[in-house]
Amino acid sequence: MVYLTRKAEFSASHLYHNPAFTPEENRRIFGKCNNPHGHGHNYTLEVTVKGEVDPRSGFVVDLKQLKEVMHREVLDAMDHRFLNKEVPEFLHQIPTTENIAIAIWQRLVAKLDRAQLHRVRVYETPDLFVDFYGEL
Amino acid sequence: MKAHLSRRYLFSASHRLHSDAMSDQENQETYGKCNNPYGHGHNYTVEVTVSGQVDEQTGMVCNLADLDSFIEKEILARFDHENLNTMKEFAQEVPTTENLCIQIYEIVQRGFPHAHLERVRLEETMMNSFEYAG
Repeated sequence: MVYLTRKAEFSASHLYHNPAFTPEENRRIFGKCNNPHGHGHNYTLEVTVKGEVDPRSGFVVDLKQLKEVMHREVLDAMDHRFLNKEVPEFLHQIPTTENIAIAIWQRLVAKLDRAQLHRVRVYETPDLFVDFYGEL
Repeated sequence: MKAHLSRRYLFSASHRLHSDAMSDQENQETYGKCNNPYGHGHNYTVEVTVSGQVDEQTGMVCNLADLDSFIEKEILARFDHENLNTMKEFAQEVPTTENLCIQIYEIVQRGFPHAHLERVRLEETMMNSFEYAG
C-alpha cells in the first residue's frame, strides 16, 4: 500500500453563526468568527489517497485525474467564494474547518477511480488544521 | 462524524542535556554539543491534535478558544522563556525533547476536558520532531 498526497490552495470567506443561538450566544461561542460580514482565509487542502502501485503504470493513482477531480469538485466550488452563501453544504451548516474537511471528503470520495481516499486535511492557517478520515 | 483538530503553538526555552547517572565523559559522548554546561536554547513548535465528534450545533470538535486558553495557561506560560533544567518537571529527568513531549502530552491529557487528546508533536528545530500518543 502506498499513500499519495496532493496539495491545493483556495481562498474563501466565511462566518460562524448558528440561527438557533441568540446573538449573545453566537458572539460568546464563535467570538470574532461571528462578524456578520465574514472574514477570509487562504486554505491549503491536502488530499491523501492510498492503493497498490499499478504494475504497468507505476502509479497509485493518475495524478492528473486526481488534480482534475480536486479542481472540479472542490476548487471550482470553493475558491474565491463566500462559503456560507455560495456552497450548498454551508447554506444550513456552519463552514468550520471541521465541516469543510467533511464536505470535501464527501465531494471526492465517490469520484475517485482506482485509489481509495485516505485523508482530507484542511489548513485554515499554517497553525490550524483538521484531518478527516471518513470516520462516523 | 469524527474529525481531528490540530493546532500549533510556539515557545522558546533553554536546556542542557546531562544525566547525573553518567560520568562526565559518558555525558559528553552521549549528548555532544547539547552537554555544553551553560545550556542552549530552541524555538519549539508544539502541535496538539485532539479528536471527537463534530458538534452539530457549532460545527466544532471543540472550541478553539478553550484549547488556546488551556495551552496558553498550562503549557506556554509554564515553559516559554524558561530554562527547562531548573524546573520541577525536570528535577528527575533529562529535558530531552522526547521527555518534554511526554510531559506536555500528560499535562494536556490530565487537564483538557473538551476533546480526546490524540497526540502531541514537538518540533525542536525544523529538522527534528518528536511525537507522543500515550
